[in-house]
Amino acid sequence: MNLLVAQAQQIEAPEIDYGAIAPVLVVLGAACISVLLEALLPKYQRWAVQLVLSLVTLVGATGALILYAQSDRPAQGVATLAGAIAVDSPALFLWGTLLVLAFGSVLLIADRSVEPGGVFVAQAAIRPGTIQDRAQATKTGMQTEVFPLTLFALGGMMTFVASNDLLTMFIALEVLSLPLYLLCGLARRRRLLSQEAAVKYFLLGAFASAFFLYGVALLYGYAGSVKLSAIASAAAGTDRSDTLLFAGFGLLVVGLLFKAAVGPFHAWTPDVYQGAPTPVTAFMAACTKVAAFGGILRVLTVAFENTQWEWRGVLWGVAVVSMVIGAVLGLTQTDVKRMIAYSSVAHAGFLLIGSIALTPEGTAPGVSATLFYLLAYGFTTIAAFGIVSLVRNSDGEATHLSQWAGLAKRSPIVAGVFTFLLLALAGIPLTSGFIGKFVVFSAAIESGLTPLVVIALVASAVAAFFYLRVIVLMYFSDPAPDGPTVSVPGAFTTIAITLGAVVTLVLGLWPTFVLDWAGTGTFLS
Amino acid sequence: MSWVLIALLVVPLVGALVVAFLRKDDTKVKLVALAFSLVELVLAGMLWFAYDPDGDRIQLKSAVDWIPAFGVQLSFGIDGIALVMIAVIALLIPLVIGAGWTEKLPAGRSQGGYLALILVQTSVTVAVFAATDVFLFYVLFEVMLIPMYFLIGGYGGARRQYAAVKFFLYSFLGGLIMLASAIGAYAMASDELGKGTFDWATLVTVVRDADPTTQTWLFLGFFLAFAIKAPLVPFHTWLPDAAAEAPIGVTVIVVGILDKVGTFGMLRYLLPMFPTASKNLAPYILVLAVAGVLYGSLLATGQRDMKRFLAYVSIAHFGFIALGIFAFTSQAGVGSVSYMLNHSISTGMLILVIGMVIARGGSSQISDYGGMSKVAPLLAGMLLISGLTTLSLPGTNSFVSEFLVLIGSFPTQPVATILATVGMVLAALYVLWLYQRMMTGPLRGDALVAAAAGPGAVGDPEKKTSIGDLNKREIAVLAPLVVIVLALGFYPQPVLDVITPTVGATLTEVGVTDPVSVQEGK
Repeated sequence: MNLLVAQAQQIEAPEIDYGAIAPVLVVLGAACISVLLEALLPKYQRWAVQLVLSLVTLVGATGALILYAQSDRPAQGVATLAGAIAVDSPALFLWGTLLVLAFGSVLLIADRSVEPGGVFVAQAAIRPGTIQDRAQATKTGMQTEVFPLTLFALGGMMTFVASNDLLTMFIALEVLSLPLYLLCGLARRRRLLSQEAAVKYFLLGAFASAFFLYGVALLYGYAGSVKLSAIASAAAGTDRSDTLLFAGFGLLVVGLLFKAAVGPFHAWTPDVYQGAPTPVTAFMAACTKVAAFGGILRVLTVAFENTQWEWRGVLWGVAVVSMVIGAVLGLTQTDVKRMIAYSSVAHAGFLLIGSIALTPEGTAPGVSATLFYLLAYGFTTIAAFGIVSLVRNSDGEATHLSQWAGLAKRSPIVAGVFTFLLLALAGIPLTSGFIGKFVVFSAAIESGLTPLVVIALVASAVAAFFYLRVIVLMYFSDPAPDGPTVSVPGAFTTIAITLGAVVTLVLGLWPTFVLDWAGTGTFLS
Repeated sequence: MSWVLIALLVVPLVGALVVAFLRKDDTKVKLVALAFSLVELVLAGMLWFAYDPDGDRIQLKSAVDWIPAFGVQLSFGIDGIALVMIAVIALLIPLVIGAGWTEKLPAGRSQGGYLALILVQTSVTVAVFAATDVFLFYVLFEVMLIPMYFLIGGYGGARRQYAAVKFFLYSFLGGLIMLASAIGAYAMASDELGKGTFDWATLVTVVRDADPTTQTWLFLGFFLAFAIKAPLVPFHTWLPDAAAEAPIGVTVIVVGILDKVGTFGMLRYLLPMFPTASKNLAPYILVLAVAGVLYGSLLATGQRDMKRFLAYVSIAHFGFIALGIFAFTSQAGVGSVSYMLNHSISTGMLILVIGMVIARGGSSQISDYGGMSKVAPLLAGMLLISGLTTLSLPGTNSFVSEFLVLIGSFPTQPVATILATVGMVLAALYVLWLYQRMMTGPLRGDALVAAAAGPGAVGDPEKKTSIGDLNKREIAVLAPLVVIVLALGFYPQPVLDVITPTVGATLTEVGVTDPVSVQEGK
């Protein structure tokens, strides 16, 4: 008994810097409240209350973030919760990015104007084609479980990018993934595709998590700790087995690259992007990408910076494979959502270039470049999927490319905005996509990756072809007689698309202020 | 006076906005667009007089910070070469608008959209020539593609989609490779100066002393972009497609103006920034140049389609220009720059005349015409004049420049020059043969035969056979060009005075001096 008491006294409660982690706490707390509301509120009140709660949460979390960022916090960042969470400048930037992108995604998710009752059904698991399934597909009451699920996923993402040890990172990975698996299966139209997407994403994601966990185990065996900084100092000068280190690194990175949809670990991406409800696809494409690359950046620069010469060649190759797969397979796609999925694989390759742009002197010019790229890409993607959700026929969204022919004649504004977004994805100057590519490529050249940059530029040119093909279809082809109509977007979708397009333009013209934010500090090591 | 340059950039954009707002009323749209293009012409005239040929290397400068993080500025300024190119843009745009006054656009397309895009294209192209920041130049180099992409793809012929995408992708790829080189130069500057910059003059001082290997790689990046743009063989295949599918006014802009960005880039960026690499690689580029002259001439001779014919003629001429640039003598350099100007004028005129022929016959196949001088003698005369200036007949403007290129290149590059001279002979062949087939001999082609037989004689009596000679509008479009062709043929001095100091400065930056024989020739 005495022994137990003595042991209990040895365990000290960790210091918690509540101010620093307030944004995460707000989001996760609101997610819990949201679940309670789902249980307690009558059905007709839920949508409005949940929506208001979600938006207020996001605004509140952003406010807490701004307050903390403006306060006299330590410049190099703080590690809190016994060193499990590191709140440093990149983490703050990533949190901000995630919060604003989630704001846009929630607006898309909440929209009920283009599809009566919203794009979600109540039960993902009902067998498609059965009477019950048809009944739930035609029911117009909006299901509101999506709001807490989204908030939980967001909380997981925010924790993920700030995790300072691998175990916290793993938990965060699961917290962000599980709601997404479920969200993918909730599409109101094309139920079978949606269910396939959910199952595929879940199975492959479970594999990837296993890889990640195995890597963590091996690294623990190597370093005797799961802390990123401990791994770095263990690797700095010991005669321990490199096999453990690199096997662990390899498995860990596979798990991370899977989440980031970097080729050749991208196989789930097109199917899931296509099958998931479009607002969820937007959320995944923007926020999951940010979270995954935030994690990759932190792991590579904090834990493995001093072993970069051993692994950089491998990730070099992975980046090439990803860009080539994205650019070449994107050419053959006939579905808009799949095309954007392959485009995201190519973009993941570009982002990986930024992530491995470390100089021998130990500086990482690629970090701020990659952060900027993530923000720019996220906004463009959300707006692009917002547009995709507007082009519809009687079966729901008309995602086959041939149905987009002559769109510019029928709805010039929608076609014009989409053209602008495609040009941004292609990296044409005066859009944020170009500035993003530019900063990433200049960081890469600075750290001696010139051949990789040349390959990336050629891949950009190849990828430009499939973006152009859509523009050609929209502007220069004649519309099909039974073509889709463009729904008049409701206020929410309009705001989300406008937000994305305006940010894409503004960051293309005056990127300086965001570049400054992205470059304010480095990861806490 | 630097406001004139800024006004040249802004006026067409304002015009494009006004035109886009007025797009419902076709006549008003055309008048407004023409008015704005004439204002542009006046401004260009003012710019000509504001420029001092013996002054600074870059004049009428203005700059504001754009992205301070990379030392990128919105900075504009002109040298003699840029001035000449801006002037010729301002000259051609009103003529293009005038020539296209009654042109039928594809169904569902409005004049407003078409002319707004042309005005945007004007502004961006002027900006490309005026940019003095390498980053800004790259940005404009790519942005320039967007209005042109919509002009070809939206208003062109049957295979316009293919042509537009091909045009875009070729130039876009070249531009991206150039971007890699530009970033490389930027990285060198930030190593050396402690702070990165894209300012052209600063980059020149940093990069020109780099070691030859680095220079060669950076050179190749820029060169690829310019070789595609110019276009040099074997990077030329987009041009015939683009020229053939674009509406005739757009063909004038592509062939007459946009392509010059390539040769302009060689003079402004390649030679001063990479002098060592330029000299080392010159033999290979000369091979491409001579190949272009011969290949372009031969293929021009064999073309059945008039618009593709124009494209191959231009490829031959760009070979001459590249020869003059990489011969590294001041005579050849001056010849090349004046060739850039004169090619715009003569080829521009030839394209406009051929556009008038096509407007009458409804076909761009040479075989659909014959004996046209009987029906339209003035038009035939114009085709002859524009053809003769294209083949560089003495007394026309092109002769001066072609002669300067050949005589200036001979002392340093005798073999290449002799081979290129064959191109002059072939030029006479392809131009005169074209004229002979289309204008002389018995009447050929449905439209022409019908017209000669009198109104309503053949086929549907209701259908008017409207093959007439040039009308007043067409004469007004072509007359200034005839005057300029002859004026510059007999008295090219004002243009050469503007060009010579800039070319001299460029060659000094490369570090070459004229061989003795050229200096004696002066």
